[in-house]
Amino acid sequence: MTTDPKSMSCEQFQAQLSDLVGSGADVDNHPHIRECDICRQLYQELKIIAEAARQMFPDEQPEDNLWERIESAIKKEDGIAKAD
Amino acid sequence: MAQHQTVLTATDTPPKRKRMPRSRFQKQTPEASASDSAPEKESAVQVTDPAPEVKTQTPTLSRDAEILARAQAGDHHAFADLYSLHKRRIYSLCLRMVGNVAEAEDLTQEAFLQLHRKIATFRGDSAFSTWLHRLSINVVLMHLRKKGLPLMSLDEAMEPSYDDGPGRSFGAPDLSLTGSIDRLALERAVAALPAGYRLIFVLHDVEGFEHNEIASMLDCSVGNSKSQLHKARLKLRDALRLSLRKGDRR
Repeated sequence: MTTDPKSMSCEQFQAQLSDLVGSGADVDNHPHIRECDICRQLYQELKIIAEAARQMFPDEQPEDNLWERIESAIKKEDGIAKAD
Repeated sequence: MAQHQTVLTATDTPPKRKRMPRSRFQKQTPEASASDSAPEKESAVQVTDPAPEVKTQTPTLSRDAEILARAQAGDHHAFADLYSLHKRRIYSLCLRMVGNVAEAEDLTQEAFLQLHRKIATFRGDSAFSTWLHRLSINVVLMHLRKKGLPLMSLDEAMEPSYDDGPGRSFGAPDLSLTGSIDRLALERAVAALPAGYRLIFVLHDVEGFEHNEIASMLDCSVGNSKSQLHKARLKLRDALRLSLRKGDRR
């Protein structure tokens, strides 16, 4: 059963937020958002967080010696394989 | 973790969700002949090509594809070059998923060891980077399962909790997020999320997976994935507000 957006409670609206945030849907014009300051603020803040997550988190550099560790582990595995 | 001070601003029209993980993974056209196989059979992540990909016919292989082909043939130096090409992305993925530098390095090592074992099975039907990305996610998920992260019982974790309720922050309307978030604050907040929340937030909001893909990876329902993501965002919101509050006190 779907709820009429106009008569939607805050709880009902917030239950849909996970789908709405970051979906590209025109949520700003949602009937509940237009009437409810609390849900409007909540939506805007979650949208900011989701957007920021997409734009942030540049790739990080591992420690220089990580390759040496991997190389050593590969040689160890290869040695075991040859011995078998 | 690197110190990033950049302040980013959210836009009003978020980009549409991508079907596959972020497009920063460069598509390659390796000409390998062995058949693809799932990097980790135990995991639910299927390393299959989601859609046919158009291959560009070029007279010579690109340098990356050439490195891949040589690595598949057992050339150790080529494998080292592959590591150099992909280490940042794989390490960063691991770091975001586990939030711990030492663990991320161990998992990066394990991912490349797995790659070394399985590289000959990569056929080239999908981008190598996508295949490696999924292989690495499988490694992290296996690790988290071994550690006891309750990935299999996320539904239980979804029992209503008043502590996690969306209204928790409404009592502090004076400190709302405005259109910009400090990168460092967000990184810290994500790192401080409970492991299950962080995992779903990273997979969905950072890596770009759909809820149905996440549900498949984590053996949970789509609704559960959505709900966990919502709770993760709410927790981040609380943490960022707290960060703002502390900033105001200085």
